[in-house]
Amino acid sequence: MDHSGQVLQRLRDALPLNCLITDPRAMRPFETDGLTAVKQMPWVVALPESLAQLRAVVGICRECAVPLVARGAGTGLSGGARPLADGVLLGLSKLSRILEIDPDNRIARVEPGVRNLAITEAAAPFGLYYAPDPSSQIACSIGGNVAENSGGVHCLKYGLTVHNVLGIKVLTIDGDELTLGGAVLDSPGYDLLALFNGSEGMLGIVTEVTVRLLPKPEAKSLVLGAFSTLEDAGDAVGKIIAAGVVPAGLEMMDALAVQAAEAFVGAGYPTDAAAILLCELDGAAADVAAQSNQVQRLMRMQHATSVRVSRDDAERERMWLGRKAAFPAVGRLAPDYYCMDGTIPRSRLGEVLRAIARLSAEYGLGVANVFHAGDGNLHPLILYDANAPGQLAGAEAMGGRILALCVEVGGTVTGEHGVGVEKLDAMCGQFNAQELDQFHRIKSAFDAHGLLNPGKAVPTLTRCAELGGMHVHDGQLPLPDLERF
Amino acid sequence: MCTTASCHCPTWNDFSGLLPGIRVVTQIHERDDTQRLRESVAAAVAKRQPLAVCGRGSKTFLGPVVAGNMLGTAEHCGGVDYRPDELVITARAGTPLAHIKRLLATQSQMLPFDPPLFRGEGSLGGAVAAGLSGPQRPWFGSVRDAVLGVRLINGQAEVLTFGGQVMKNVAGYDVARLMTGAFGTLGVLLQVSIKVLPQPQREITLVFDLDRDDALARVVAWGRQSIPLSATCHVDNTLHVRLSGTEQGISSAARALGGTVLPHAATFWDTLRDHAQPFFTEALCWRIALPSAAPFPRVAGRWLVEWAGAQRWLRSEEPPEVIVAAVTALGGFATPFHRVAVAPRVESGLLKYYQRIKTAFDPHDIFNRGRLWMDA
Repeated sequence: MDHSGQVLQRLRDALPLNCLITDPRAMRPFETDGLTAVKQMPWVVALPESLAQLRAVVGICRECAVPLVARGAGTGLSGGARPLADGVLLGLSKLSRILEIDPDNRIARVEPGVRNLAITEAAAPFGLYYAPDPSSQIACSIGGNVAENSGGVHCLKYGLTVHNVLGIKVLTIDGDELTLGGAVLDSPGYDLLALFNGSEGMLGIVTEVTVRLLPKPEAKSLVLGAFSTLEDAGDAVGKIIAAGVVPAGLEMMDALAVQAAEAFVGAGYPTDAAAILLCELDGAAADVAAQSNQVQRLMRMQHATSVRVSRDDAERERMWLGRKAAFPAVGRLAPDYYCMDGTIPRSRLGEVLRAIARLSAEYGLGVANVFHAGDGNLHPLILYDANAPGQLAGAEAMGGRILALCVEVGGTVTGEHGVGVEKLDAMCGQFNAQELDQFHRIKSAFDAHGLLNPGKAVPTLTRCAELGGMHVHDGQLPLPDLERF
Repeated sequence: MCTTASCHCPTWNDFSGLLPGIRVVTQIHERDDTQRLRESVAAAVAKRQPLAVCGRGSKTFLGPVVAGNMLGTAEHCGGVDYRPDELVITARAGTPLAHIKRLLATQSQMLPFDPPLFRGEGSLGGAVAAGLSGPQRPWFGSVRDAVLGVRLINGQAEVLTFGGQVMKNVAGYDVARLMTGAFGTLGVLLQVSIKVLPQPQREITLVFDLDRDDALARVVAWGRQSIPLSATCHVDNTLHVRLSGTEQGISSAARALGGTVLPHAATFWDTLRDHAQPFFTEALCWRIALPSAAPFPRVAGRWLVEWAGAQRWLRSEEPPEVIVAAVTALGGFATPFHRVAVAPRVESGLLKYYQRIKTAFDPHDIFNRGRLWMDA
């Protein structure tokens, strides 16, 4: 029996029949994650049902030097779970038990395959919820959320995944089972917990997650402001923040996104606006009422053409609907769209949006902009037709230039979607050779032989050198004395 | 050995030109000590000599004495880039915390983690390296929660930048947060970017006469409700509870909670944060992290309970192993908060990874040897 035959036999011995897929037709759903433009059939798919089976699969991969790609629900948007032709795709969806909801300590302890929304559903009877709500929260898993440090529309006030996970258990490729953090705040020692959040499955396999739960806010209010220029909307965001209000969510949509959303779901958005702002306030009822009035006043002072406030939960949810359906709505405008994920200092928004409009004209591709305005996270949606020759390449090239622009104004190439395979080249522009090398040494500390999700998240120095990547920091234009590699 | 160094940052007294909503870049009389610090690290690496890295020396009473030549960052200060409407401040590591706090206060903003200023001292870099947060931490976040980016010198004398000045950033591993609480064992912090928050419009502190267990039950129950809590402290049969929010919000919450209003409460919370309370001045002090609702470990001593039960300070003369065992059994962590001969041991499974992470950043073991954990 050849090497791969032997490995396969060992996997068959370790897993029940229904937990190992080798038939290409049955593996089809695993060939891509949420970045559907990138496809690759895995060698085999392993779907362990227990920690013991998971240990066995990891052990076999270690001993046989077979690479391993961990996958949660496969909703990631940067190709982080793209399989390898010669590797095991390790699906964690069957490890989906909620182990504990502890209302007094306000924690939930769950297995990695538990869906994000399922945690909130399980906590609801106690008046508690799990705050991070990425747009895929119906489907995405908490293990995947940890791997990507997922965000959502409520990050300004409630933070990203890293701010809401108190502890994890991980299985390393060496077979060590580590407990990082716990049901406590600020455990001592190195913050390996923070290091694992957003590490894209490169350092270990998450086997258990303890998250903090929050009491459901007593009241919520959504204020919708319409503006005749993007600048007015941007200024209103700055004024709201500077006035000391910390909204639960603060979202901006440009005219194309507003029109698409309105045509799709009829959320009651003013389609003649150049931009709208959605500002959600939550907390104790008296606080919310006072802050809602303050936000309405500030929007009017920034020349809002109309301001609307939700009167009840039903209306609030209707008003959110357009924003939440923005991606599929924009998807109706063209056969395909490419979602970008740069973060910028908010004060640079006007100039970045103008530059994106110029790029849109240059490449002949439409762009709708959806913006987590509170935390500077921009999602330009580039419209293209994959069947039209050159359009995908054009969209990718244009996306690369948008990300370079984000770095140039002092931002980052990915706010919440991760690097995966998608932004490897963009990473060459954000980090220099020494910084990338430091990342590789961190990787080696946990995975000396590079078996976990190889080729993702951090580009090799060779790749960057071939790209002629230029390193831009703090908005400084490239200088002659900066190293090139 | 680290001693307190002086910093030549001037006192800011001219805040004209700082207007909310406008991008503000304050250039003060500053000193960029990067080159000297980098050269010192390079020289130490060449000779394989350990360095005792420290900021302004306000936390040297914690943990073991560190061997090696002192490398102080206190003179590497200023370079403040403060953008109130972006909720971000960036400054060199040696910049005194007191200056940062004053600058933020001019814009009615604050450091969310409100770090302790032991003896009124402390630098921004030191606050990040120690990772200690003040009384409002459970509600406004910890030091590491607020750290957005760092510039550092690693153990190969390379100046590296990780993270940034934006709230959301998942490009590369989160080195900025890994540096938080690492006590300078992985690198010399040069510059830090921090997320800041608006100060609450109004605060009120209520006082209740309750014993230890009743007080804990009370704060645990309140924690499950939508109440604008921002600090709790129970010591000597008195529970202090702070509420923060709008005028309307805290008035209505205060009516629901009852208790007596404490006048001049800011002093109470500041002295608690800075460990200037009598509780902290005697006997050996331990910092105990526990699940909020966990019962009290069976250890003889006195307790001061913060963070709605999640952080408890213990003054006890019991043997360390007794304290650690009692706390660990309840799912918590006990850390000595005083001078010790050697740093705590790391759990055996983790030790290998601590050693490898240390080597990944500091291959010649130059920085703060044995400051955070015992390498054995």
